[in-house]
Amino acid sequence: MKGLDELIADAAVFAGLDTRWLELIASCARNEHVSAGEYLFYEGQPADRFFLIRRGRATLEVHAPGLGPKVIETFEEGEVVGWSWLFKPYRWQFDARANSPTSVVAFDAACLRGKCEADHELGYQLMQRFASAMLERLQATRLQLLDVYGHDRISV
Amino acid sequence: MAMIGSVSEARLDGPGPMVPEPFGVVAKHQDTVDTWTLTLEARSGDPLEFAPGQFTMLSAGGAGEVPISISGDPGRPELLVHTVRAVGLATRAICDAEPGRVLGVRGPFGTPWPVDEIEGEDVIVAAGGIGLAPLRPVLLELLARLDRLGRIVLLYGGRSPDQLLYPDELAELAARGLEVLITVDSAGPEWLGHVGVVTQLVGRAAFDPTRVIAMACGPEVMMRFTVAALANRGVPIDRIYASMERNMQCGIGHCGHCQLGPTLVCRDGPVYRWSELQPWLAIREL
Repeated sequence: MKGLDELIADAAVFAGLDTRWLELIASCARNEHVSAGEYLFYEGQPADRFFLIRRGRATLEVHAPGLGPKVIETFEEGEVVGWSWLFKPYRWQFDARANSPTSVVAFDAACLRGKCEADHELGYQLMQRFASAMLERLQATRLQLLDVYGHDRISV
Repeated sequence: MAMIGSVSEARLDGPGPMVPEPFGVVAKHQDTVDTWTLTLEARSGDPLEFAPGQFTMLSAGGAGEVPISISGDPGRPELLVHTVRAVGLATRAICDAEPGRVLGVRGPFGTPWPVDEIEGEDVIVAAGGIGLAPLRPVLLELLARLDRLGRIVLLYGGRSPDQLLYPDELAELAARGLEVLITVDSAGPEWLGHVGVVTQLVGRAAFDPTRVIAMACGPEVMMRFTVAALANRGVPIDRIYASMERNMQCGIGHCGHCQLGPTLVCRDGPVYRWSELQPWLAIREL
């Protein structure tokens, strides 16, 4: 069975980090299991944790009155759920829900922010990796906004 | 030029490639709110042999003619299958055709997917929206020769779950060995699949980037981003193929309406190697 630091090292967002940093990050993490339908977090709540999916799938959702929940994006094995813990005011902007039995590594955000404050090199390395992942998501979201499939044929 | 020669000979020996052949609608299935699959049979009884990726010029009398990729099984050329989205006058008239109605068919025209070049390699098939229809024949052809290939992975992106084509058949093909990854741009909580763009599936698919052939069909923007994602994973762009769409009218390279750079999409395409296309796609006026 893999240790937390090994599980973390396998995730793309932490790839290539020194062992000493992986150990520091692992000291802020623990394994958890989430049942299908259970929420990882709700919009407006303090963003005091974030998650690495080990197995299963989670969805990011927004709830609109009268329309119910709308799925924005899904996350699978090896992907990180949650950015809001990185930036003030540290509050979730959306809901996140497991849509199958899901195993996650849950990170204590305050703990990890504290480690980054204490070691700015770790903070820089993490910020670089998370910024790259956020850029990828931003670009995907822009493509999603284009609604390309709605207008994908010449009208004849 | 061989093409001009063959057209001239056809004029002498038969009706020629500009004359539609009558095909009767024998079955019709509604795929989505605006998309139908029509199964046609030649009134002559002759099968229409075609290669995956080719298209026909399809017409419903008096409403104009439109290029539609063939979406049937190449192993069953006696049935001509077209999946058509009703977006304009001609396509609406075709989609309105009920069994028993006769449609005009010219073709098949155009270049095929490079199925015969693939031996022992992985294959990525990336489809967006109705772009799955031109790829259906290649999926069927690849599955028929699965024992000579590596992984066959379909990456399919749609607007929403109710806009996805062939869901039942995809489940059957998955049972036969096709790896199917589907994503939609938006969905309600009842959808348990992926939500996100098709390019994100490139990172989730298992394949060997050094031994893979990729084929893409969908909106041009989707194909550009998909190619970029494949290239980021190390797939050389000369191993990526795409099916292009332009204003094809004659189907035989005479009228010039579908010119793309130095090529005519109806004659030199619609399937191109991406490395050949790329310089022309960078020119916005084309």
